[in-house]
Amino acid sequence: MNVPVRVLSLSVLAAVAVMGCGKEEPPPPPPQAAAPPPPPPPLVVKLGHSAPLTGPQAHIGKDNENGAALAVEDANAAKIKVGGRDVKFELMGEDDQADPKQGTLVAQKFVDAKVNAVIGHLNSGTTIPASKIYSDAGIPQVSPSATNPDYTKQGFKTAFRVMANDEQQGKVLGDYAGHNLKAKTVAVIDDKTQYGEGLATQFKAAATAAGVKVVAEEHTDDKAVDFAAILTKIKGKKPDLVFYGGMDPQAAPMAMQMKKLGIKAKLLMGDGGCTTEFVKNAGDAAEGHYCSLPGVPLDKMPGGPKFVERYKAKFNLDIQLYAPYAYDAVMVVVEAVKRAQSAESAKIIAELPKTDFPGVTTRITFDEKGDIKDGAITLYVAKGGKWEALETIGGAPAAPAQPAGMGGMSGMSGMSGMGGMSGMSGMSGMGGMSGMSGMAGAPAPAAPAAPAEKK
Amino acid sequence: MDILLQQVFNGLTLGSIYALVALGYTMVYGILGLINFAHGEVVMIGALTALAVMKPLAAAGVPGPLAVLLALLAAALVCMALGFTIERVAYRRLRNAPRLAPLITAIGVSIVLQQVAMLVWGRNYHSVPALLPSANHEVLGAQITEVQILIIVVAALTMSGLMLLVNRTRMGRAMRATAENPTVAALMGVDANRIIALTFVIGSALAALAGVLVSANYGIAHYHMGFILGLKAFTAAVLGGIGNLAGAMVGGVLLGIIEALGAGYIGDLTGGVLGSHYQDVFAFFVLIVVLIFRPSGLMGEKVAERA
Repeated sequence: MNVPVRVLSLSVLAAVAVMGCGKEEPPPPPPQAAAPPPPPPPLVVKLGHSAPLTGPQAHIGKDNENGAALAVEDANAAKIKVGGRDVKFELMGEDDQADPKQGTLVAQKFVDAKVNAVIGHLNSGTTIPASKIYSDAGIPQVSPSATNPDYTKQGFKTAFRVMANDEQQGKVLGDYAGHNLKAKTVAVIDDKTQYGEGLATQFKAAATAAGVKVVAEEHTDDKAVDFAAILTKIKGKKPDLVFYGGMDPQAAPMAMQMKKLGIKAKLLMGDGGCTTEFVKNAGDAAEGHYCSLPGVPLDKMPGGPKFVERYKAKFNLDIQLYAPYAYDAVMVVVEAVKRAQSAESAKIIAELPKTDFPGVTTRITFDEKGDIKDGAITLYVAKGGKWEALETIGGAPAAPAQPAGMGGMSGMSGMSGMGGMSGMSGMSGMGGMSGMSGMAGAPAPAAPAAPAEKK
Repeated sequence: MDILLQQVFNGLTLGSIYALVALGYTMVYGILGLINFAHGEVVMIGALTALAVMKPLAAAGVPGPLAVLLALLAAALVCMALGFTIERVAYRRLRNAPRLAPLITAIGVSIVLQQVAMLVWGRNYHSVPALLPSANHEVLGAQITEVQILIIVVAALTMSGLMLLVNRTRMGRAMRATAENPTVAALMGVDANRIIALTFVIGSALAALAGVLVSANYGIAHYHMGFILGLKAFTAAVLGGIGNLAGAMVGGVLLGIIEALGAGYIGDLTGGVLGSHYQDVFAFFVLIVVLIFRPSGLMGEKVAERA
C-alpha cells in the first residue's frame, strides 16, 4: 500500500491509474504525451494453483505446478500490457493433498487472497467441491486435468477445463476394448475416487455397448499398495482384459502383482496410469499394458518437443503427465486477461468462453459448459519401458503450427467417441459460432505463434 | 480351491509384513506404554536408505543378495541411530508427562520424518531393483514368489529371536523389569534409560528389515509408504494384544489373512452388496469383536497396573 502513496506524490495522472488498480479495473489509457517518465507500477495478476504436493500423488502434483510456473514465466517474459501498464503474473501454489476436504480449504484460501483466477485442481475429487466455492466467489477456474464429467455439468460460469472429460475417454476406452483389443470379458477395478470410479462407470457402459462382458467389479483406494486379494479373485474369473480407473501409485504395483500372480490379461487404464512413473516403476511388468490420455502424444503436440526440452532444462525432471496441460491452462487465462484488458475476475470469465488459443497440447476452444471442444484422446501401449502411441481418436485438427501432425491420425474416421462427444450439446449452444466450420476447414483465422516463441 | 489357497498365501505374506512392523510397536508399548506412531516412518526411511545403498552396489556388479545384505546393514545402522535420536530428543523428556503428550509428539515426529524424507528423496516413486530371487513357484495351483517365502520365514525367525532375547537373556530380564515398573527396576540396578534406548534401537533395526522386505515385495518405495503400513501394523499389534511379541505375530498374520479373504469373498458372500473395498471395514469389524470379548487383544497380558 505504500506504493500508491509514493506514486501519488509523483503525478496525478499516474495516481488515477493506481487507484484504478485498487478496484481492479483497467485504467483509462494514460495520455502518453503528458505522462512523465516514471512508469506506473505493474498490474499484479494473482493465479492460484492447487494440486497434491504431498502424499502418494505428490509427483504428479508438482509436475502440474512446474508446468504452470513455466507458463507464468513465459507470460511475464512476453511483457503483456493491460491499459498501457505492465502486467506481472504471480503464481500462488497450494497443496490440496488430493483430498476433497483440503481442496475446499485451499479454495477458500484463494478466495480470501483475492486471486484473479485459479488453475486447478488436479484431481476431479478436489476440483468439483472447490468449483462451488470459486463459482460463488466469481473466480474463474481452469482445470488442467480434472476429467470427471460432473465438473462442468453444474452450470457454473466459472468452470473450464483444457482436457477431454471421462465421458469421452471412457467411451473411447470401452470401444477400444471391444473393437480393437477384441476382449470378450473384462474385470474392472477402480480406486473409489470421483475420477477413478467415474471413469470406470463410463468405461463399463461403453464396454458393455461394445459387446464386452464385465465379469468382475473390484474396488481399492488411492493409498493402497497390495492388490493381491482382488487380483486373485479376478484371476479366478479369467477375464481377457483388466481395466483400472485410478492413478499410477496404484497402477504400477498392480501391474507387478498381476505378473507375480500369473495373470496373462493386459491392463487398460485411463490417463491416471499413463505416466512415465508407471513404466519406470512397473519395469518389465509394464510391458504390453494399455492406457489412454486425452490430447495427442507429447511429440505430436504443436509445441510439444520444445516444451519437453524447456521443462527438462528448467526443472531437470521428466514430465510426468499433465504439465503441458497446466501450462495451457495458465496461458488460456493469460490470453483472456490480454483480450479483456483487465485482470478483473468477472472480465476474465466473460472472455474465457471466447478462447481460441493454439496451446502446447492442442488448439483450445471451449463449449458452452466449459469443456474443451473436440478433445482428442490417444491410446498408448507400454513397450520397451516407454509408452508408445497407438492411435489418436477424435480431436480438432492441430493448431496451424503443425497441421499435418494430426492429419494422419484417422482422427475423424467415424469413431463413435467423436460422435458422442460433439453431440454432447456442446454444439447446440455454440452452433452458430464458427465451431464446426472453423475446425473442418482451414486453420484458425489468426495464425498465432506458439506461446513459447513469444519471448 | 487354488483360489482359496492363493488368498491364504496372499494374506500370509501381507500378514508377515504387518507382523514385522507390529513387533516394533509392541516392543515400545510393552516397555513405555507409548504408541510410537513414528515407527511406520522409520520403516520408510529404512526402505529408502537401503535403496540408496543398493542401487550403486548393484550397478557396481555386486551380486544381488550380497548387495541387499549390505544395504540392509546400512539401513539398520541409519534406523538405529534414528530410533535412538527420536527417543532421546522427542520422548525421554515426556516420559512422566500425561500420556497424551508423547502420543501427539509421536504423530509430530512422524510428520517431520515424512517431510524430511520428501526433501531428501523427492516426491517420485522409486523402483526397487529385483535383486532378491523372485522366481515364481506353483504350489497346488497357487503362485508364490521366493521373496514372499523369504518374508514369511524372516518374520517367523525374527519373532522367535526376539522372544529368546526377551525371555532368556539378562538384558531381556532387565527389559521385562523395566516394563513392569521402571522405578523399582532402577532401584534394583537396572539402567532404565539404557534399556529404553535399547528397545528403540532394536525396534528400529527391525523396522529397517521390514522396510527392505516390503520394498522388495512391492518393487516400489516412496516417502509416503510408511503411513498406511504403520497404521495397519498398529492395528495388528492391538488385535494380537499390544505389548505381547507373539501377539504381534498372530495379530499381523490374522489381519493379513482376514483382509485377503475379506477382499476375495465378501462380494460373493453378500451377493454383491458389499464389494472388495469393504475389506478394511471387515478387518476392523473383526478387531472390534475381538476387543469386546478380549479387551487386551487376543494374547494380551494383564498389564493393567502399568496403565
